Amino acid sequence: MASTSNTPEILSRLSASAEHAIATLRGLGVDHAEVSVGVGNELEVGVRKDEPELVKEAQSSGLSVRVMRSERVATSSTTDLSKDAVEAFLKTVVEMAEISEPDPMASPPPPEELADGNALPELDLFDPQTDGIDAKRALELAQAGERAAFAADERITTSEGASFSRSSGHGVLATTGGFVGTRYGTYQSLVVQAVADDEGGKKRNGVYWTGGRFFSDLEAPDAVGAEAARRAVRTLGASKMDTGQYPIVFDKDAARAIVGLVASCILGDAVYRKRSYLASCMGESVAASGVTIVDDPLVARGPGSRRFDGEGRAVAPIKVIEDGVLRSFLLDTYSARKLELSPTGSASGGGGIPHSSVSNFYLLAGDTKPQGLLEGIETGLYVSRMMGFGFDPVTGTFSRGAEGFLIENGALTRPVGEITISRNLGELLQGIDLIADDLEHRTSTASPSFRVDHMTVAGS
Amino acid sequence: MTGPHAIDDSLIARALGVALEQGGDFADLYFEYRRAASISMEDGRVRSVGGGIDLGVGVRVVNGTAVGYAYAESLEPEELLAAARTAARIATGGTAVAPLAVTRLAAPSRYAVAQNLVDVPGAERVALLRRADEAARKADSRIVRVDASVVSVHKEILVANSRGAVVHDIQPMTRMGVYVVANEGERTESGSSGGGGRYGIEYFESVSPEDHGNEAARVALVNLDSRPAPAGTMPVVLAPGDSGILLHEAVGHGLEADFNRKRTSNYTDRVGESVASALVTVVDDPAIEGSRGSINVDDEGEVPKEHRLIEGGVLRGYMHDHISATHFGEGGSGSGRRESFRDVPLPRMTNTLMAAGDDDPQDIIRSVKKGIYAKKFSGGQVNISNGDFVFSLTEGYLIEDGKITAPLKGVNLIGNGPEALATVSMVGHDFQLSDGMWTCGKDGQSVPVGVGMPTVKLDELTVGGTEA
Repeated sequence: MASTSNTPEILSRLSASAEHAIATLRGLGVDHAEVSVGVGNELEVGVRKDEPELVKEAQSSGLSVRVMRSERVATSSTTDLSKDAVEAFLKTVVEMAEISEPDPMASPPPPEELADGNALPELDLFDPQTDGIDAKRALELAQAGERAAFAADERITTSEGASFSRSSGHGVLATTGGFVGTRYGTYQSLVVQAVADDEGGKKRNGVYWTGGRFFSDLEAPDAVGAEAARRAVRTLGASKMDTGQYPIVFDKDAARAIVGLVASCILGDAVYRKRSYLASCMGESVAASGVTIVDDPLVARGPGSRRFDGEGRAVAPIKVIEDGVLRSFLLDTYSARKLELSPTGSASGGGGIPHSSVSNFYLLAGDTKPQGLLEGIETGLYVSRMMGFGFDPVTGTFSRGAEGFLIENGALTRPVGEITISRNLGELLQGIDLIADDLEHRTSTASPSFRVDHMTVAGS
Repeated sequence: MTGPHAIDDSLIARALGVALEQGGDFADLYFEYRRAASISMEDGRVRSVGGGIDLGVGVRVVNGTAVGYAYAESLEPEELLAAARTAARIATGGTAVAPLAVTRLAAPSRYAVAQNLVDVPGAERVALLRRADEAARKADSRIVRVDASVVSVHKEILVANSRGAVVHDIQPMTRMGVYVVANEGERTESGSSGGGGRYGIEYFESVSPEDHGNEAARVALVNLDSRPAPAGTMPVVLAPGDSGILLHEAVGHGLEADFNRKRTSNYTDRVGESVASALVTVVDDPAIEGSRGSINVDDEGEVPKEHRLIEGGVLRGYMHDHISATHFGEGGSGSGRRESFRDVPLPRMTNTLMAAGDDDPQDIIRSVKKGIYAKKFSGGQVNISNGDFVFSLTEGYLIEDGKITAPLKGVNLIGNGPEALATVSMVGHDFQLSDGMWTCGKDGQSVPVGVGMPTVKLDELTVGGTEA
């Protein structure tokens, strides 16, 4: 099925469906409602040792709704978009609201605060080529990636396989406040997982992937495979290091995970539910000067970009932490009301319970080359991968499993594994003393590599 | 879909025929009807009422080790046949199979539920939350916030394969979770409690909403006194029950046969070898009545039996799905599970358990001069390739001179599967099944699982605190 999508036609069909649902709900006597309708198209293929392992193709559709009647909220979703089914479904949802309890704060934004659905930004998120990539082509791409991994290093003995997937989606959000907005986007990615044999029956895996809104922005399969192989063999012989306090350099993948923890502590839900150590720190220094973290929904071709938020508000870039000082939480209407602050247009979950979420959330790049982060470190740890869930947002306590390399006299000397790194997140952010220039928007939460003055390493 | 005969035999036979019309070794259909209901309460007020129906069918065609997969979000015959035609494209140039005869197989009954919680009136479900909320609040004046939720699921599956077998199962699920925040002076800490299983409302006769409210409050209050944890290698005593997630991570995933078929697990080719202390016996048991991980049939239609994974420290075997069982030439799959009809089945765990030993739990604690007592966990993760696993505590204590002393904050434990299990030196006689709260993720698919174990002492594990 190599047909390309007809975006205007799909969107107009979805808009009609969403607006019909809104009209039906009005007829059922609801006070407010938000309806989100979407369709998706996906292909996923996997190869291993050059042989196809999986070809999965599917079209999906869904309608989700949040209704409010006498200040009582209910939500539900269905995959059946036929007119009769939707009407029966909506009736049930309205009945569900009966068992809820009145919550005046849950009402949607006043109509005058909604964005103009006809004047939404164009963010270049839809690649018309994506849906045309058929299973044969996708398998060839995955095979090329995996072959490159085996060709790159003879120590690559096996493979978890390589996979290519593509997806496209179209959707409409309509609300009783009069907002009707459309969204459409594509995404594709190629992943290669190479494995090398180590001592004692241990295996070492190396994973590398490329992905993006546009097919032409992807790295070449050869480069992806070669990097996966490099990542596997460079960890051969990894062992623990001595327990102690060391300066730490996070590569950009590990650094991204740290920035993700910050995100979890500045979202409105976490703040009003008292699940964030940052809840009472507005206007205070929460990170080293030089640390600026933003949430920018308007990045062209950004993986987390959005034209409007889940409640139909306009979106704009927000400085969350500016030069170390906490400047803003990310708030939907409900959390903003709870906190007596202004919403920031950060709602997602349109058609469900709106909750704030990040769009493209990232730490601004510095001007040091990544290599420069190692300079002057006598003994330290370079972290390339973290494991586990050792973070308590309420206290900021952080401890996770880590893998990486020993830094000795400014150079990486040997692979290290089976250790943990620990320090309270608040202290960790204050300890960031150098930020590299290698930021890229491959993921919606992103970070350049950075250095932290010290953390506790638990090893041997 | 309701009942084993909601899907007609002739339609099943026709769809399987279409799936194999280009050739292929095997095909199956996975029909699913899932009705869920959830209520969340925040600070004493119902925040939302949710739920809905999800239904569809997944069609899989297996050709060697290649899988063609497609699904329809409907049970309409035309959409089923269209999905079958898409999945069929994995095979080419084969010959169509003859029409299939369909045989209905009976499944065992490991979780008969009188009334699913989904069907309990909303007001009664709200009352359960209110009881948990009030118990937590009444526990102590330092409790400043309580959130609670209850989720219930009625899931019905019908699996049919090209060998002619058709099996039907109803898989109920109930889960309650309570989360509290406690505050004292400058310190804020949290605690949570969760549980459930393949039960209806009768779950709350064995564990009451008050129990969960009180337990969440207890943990939060304990943590108000917690101090920074030590860093380094030391003995660790695992409390009975929830500590079973250590097995799940350190042993279980590495024994899922897909990793061994691909030779990417550190347990590859090690059946018959010693991979743990002789005190360690680990099984994966799908048949524990009411447990969250239990299943009557797996998602490939096989009736699963208990899998002995490690006996007396020796690796006995892997957990198989259809593809890996065929690859290894072993009968007895039964571990093929999937999140929904949108997903391919994979070898997965059900309830992963360590058998009880002979030691008195008090003796185990007394044997430790300086170490950690690990009681509650937020989760764990493993790197299948090298066997390194990590898991994070939400409640842990220092053991000093044979006694449990100060509560610790931020304890993270890291080890290597076979290396850590080789240091198991004592195993208690106090086996406990964890109250059902665990969900396992693999390849983006989540399935409910159970864990359980007795008190266990590991002589050496790396404790990741901040106090070096």
